[in-house]
Amino acid sequence: MSDTNTRRVISVIVMNESSVLARVTSMFAARGYNIESLTVAPIPNSDKSHITIETQGNARVMEQITKQLHKLIPVYKVIEHEEMVEKEMVLVKFPIAENLSDIASLASAYNGGIVNVGKEMVVAQVADEPRRVKHFIEAAERYNPCEIVRGGVVAIER
Amino acid sequence: MQMSGAQMVCEAIIAEGVKTVFGYPGGAIMHVYDEIYKQDGFEHILTRHEQAAVHAADGYARATGEVGVAMVTSGPGFTNAVTGLATAYMDSIPLVVISGQVPLSLIGTDGFQEIDAVGISRPCTKHNFLVRSLEELPRILKEAFYLARSGRPGPILVDIPKDITVDIGEFNYPDSVHIPSYKPTYKGNNRQIEKAVEAIKKAKKPLLYIGGGAVLSNAYKLIRELAEKTQIPAVETLMARGVMGAKNPLLLGMLGMHGNYASNMAMSETDLIISLGARFDDRVTGKLSEFAKYADIIHVDIDPANIAKLVDVDYPIVGDVSTVLKKMLPLLDDVNTARYQAWRDILKRYDELHPQSYVDSDEVIKPQWAIERLGELVGEDAIITSDVGQHQMWAAQHYPFDRPRQWINSGGLGTMGFGLPAAIGAKRAYPEKTVINITGDGSILMNVQELITAAEYKVPVINVILNNHFLGMVRQWQTFFYEKRYSETDLSFQPNWKALAEACGGIGYDVTTKEEFDAALEDAIKQNKVCFMNVAVNRFENVLPMVPAGGALFNMMLPPKTEENGGEK
Ligand SMILES: Cc1ncc(C[n+]2csc(CCOP(=O)(O)OP(=O)(O)O)c2C)c(N)n1
Repeated sequence: MSDTNTRRVISVIVMNESSVLARVTSMFAARGYNIESLTVAPIPNSDKSHITIETQGNARVMEQITKQLHKLIPVYKVIEHEEMVEKEMVLVKFPIAENLSDIASLASAYNGGIVNVGKEMVVAQVADEPRRVKHFIEAAERYNPCEIVRGGVVAIER
Repeated sequence: MQMSGAQMVCEAIIAEGVKTVFGYPGGAIMHVYDEIYKQDGFEHILTRHEQAAVHAADGYARATGEVGVAMVTSGPGFTNAVTGLATAYMDSIPLVVISGQVPLSLIGTDGFQEIDAVGISRPCTKHNFLVRSLEELPRILKEAFYLARSGRPGPILVDIPKDITVDIGEFNYPDSVHIPSYKPTYKGNNRQIEKAVEAIKKAKKPLLYIGGGAVLSNAYKLIRELAEKTQIPAVETLMARGVMGAKNPLLLGMLGMHGNYASNMAMSETDLIISLGARFDDRVTGKLSEFAKYADIIHVDIDPANIAKLVDVDYPIVGDVSTVLKKMLPLLDDVNTARYQAWRDILKRYDELHPQSYVDSDEVIKPQWAIERLGELVGEDAIITSDVGQHQMWAAQHYPFDRPRQWINSGGLGTMGFGLPAAIGAKRAYPEKTVINITGDGSILMNVQELITAAEYKVPVINVILNNHFLGMVRQWQTFFYEKRYSETDLSFQPNWKALAEACGGIGYDVTTKEEFDAALEDAIKQNKVCFMNVAVNRFENVLPMVPAGGALFNMMLPPKTEENGGEK
């Protein structure tokens, strides 16, 4: 089995009940697995929730993560994404003194734009592939961002 | 029918056919205890510690194969029970533990005796529930019993806030459960089974590797049939002692850290491991990179997460051992047993070269002798429980276990203090059987208060204390790996064992000779009272063979053939 660590995105469909998220995250913590990012929300018109976990590990670890997740009683389904559409959102706050049109065109280059303008700050939003979100954040550094909030990955199988 | 939550708990226990519940009351669970007082569907045994209540329910479950039930109060009652839950969890024992909780309105306020029971027990239960309304209580109780015994069994905690036990509501105990996200696989994939059978027929040096799952699956007859039919030799893990039966010529013995030479060599040289309900624990495999280097692996396990967790598996079969063997056996009708003759011969020679042995003495009782003697005197009839340490390993090595569920010990967690309460549970399940707890002078003190329970409820379990005045197993490691610095393992300061037993309504025997041993055991069985047999054994005896932790399985320290000169006495 391959020993190289690879990044993986997993979707976990769970019963939407109290403490189910704790069960999932404490399994990761107890067995020493990584969580890079995590998002969770109810699935519309159902009693289920969709958890998306971005993680890392070699093949054996990934197999164990999937199996250990399956073992949790309220887990319906574990999808190890292969062919997926992946998006992440980020909100960045800039001082109003920065060049707003530069910021606006930067954000729009990454499928986003300015979503709020206040007295002292503007907020830009970008939703794109995680790799591109990273690039956006790097590029935004130039405009002295005062706060960056990343949303974690969501994914759907193609 | 309308009833209180507390009554529902009792009704569910009765509906599940549970005859004995072990527990300890307190504020948050008092309404349930009030209902226990009024009912006569099951008996309740008041242990003297919550840990012991869970171990007793566990011993009951291991002896019978049924779900054991324990009941505790919130806060400290629950935290005391955690070691019991963890012990059962590590060995996949079906339990339902019911704990009281502070009323719903107080949850999260750091109320008196409030503790996050589901949070604490999450990693040491198969599943747990905090009941949030009376309406869901019957369903949760039903699911708890179902989850405990189905699939890979395990302990389930049901934490019930006090106000829910008071509330009155409609009780309809469900006939069946519906948990769409939980579907254990019992059957085993046919194609995989066929492939595994082909591998068996092609192998030259196959080996049956039998684990605790074989006991849980009640598969011993099928496994004996498999061995008989194929003439493939077998090794057992600590948890599987009794599955093959001690007299079975195909059984090589126990493997692992304290396995015998032939078993560990068989595992090192086999070309095909047929793993039946075993999980490649580190105490079994030794150094993984050296483990069974030449072998392909067939792994039958009901828990997919056990498969390929530690070793790469060539023929994974997710399923119940019994169900899988029922499919496998007919496919082996044409197996050529002569094919494995050379292999059997090699293993026979290994066993003759280094049999499981010890050097007996006329001056002092050797612990191994005591175990063998017990085997001769009570043998097949007795149920043996044990604590944790050297005595446990000697019992596993030397007692002639003849059937599964005859040997009850804490393998996965290694919990000192397990033996006496577990013996109480087993004896309650089988009052007509002799139940013996093989223990050490360290372990027995970790739940010694249960002498009172045994005396009060007339549960005459026999505690054979192999007394080496040491925390012997730790002392052994200090001898081998810490240059004999006996840090905090000397137990020379001892209680008066006989007086201690008598103070609690039992009997005590001080045993220093073989004659006294026989006489004490005979009297203990006759007296039918809980007792201590305090057996003075050779202080510096070591458990051998031994594979040092992290070493390769074939690198064993072997037992001496004659008494070593200058050895510590
Ligand atoms: C609750 C608990 N604490 C500590 C240990 C570590 N431990 C393992 S064996 C052992 C010594 C046991 O001594 P004793 O019961 O006298 O048995 P012996 O080894 O002498 O037969 C200890 C301390 C343990 N297994 N369980």
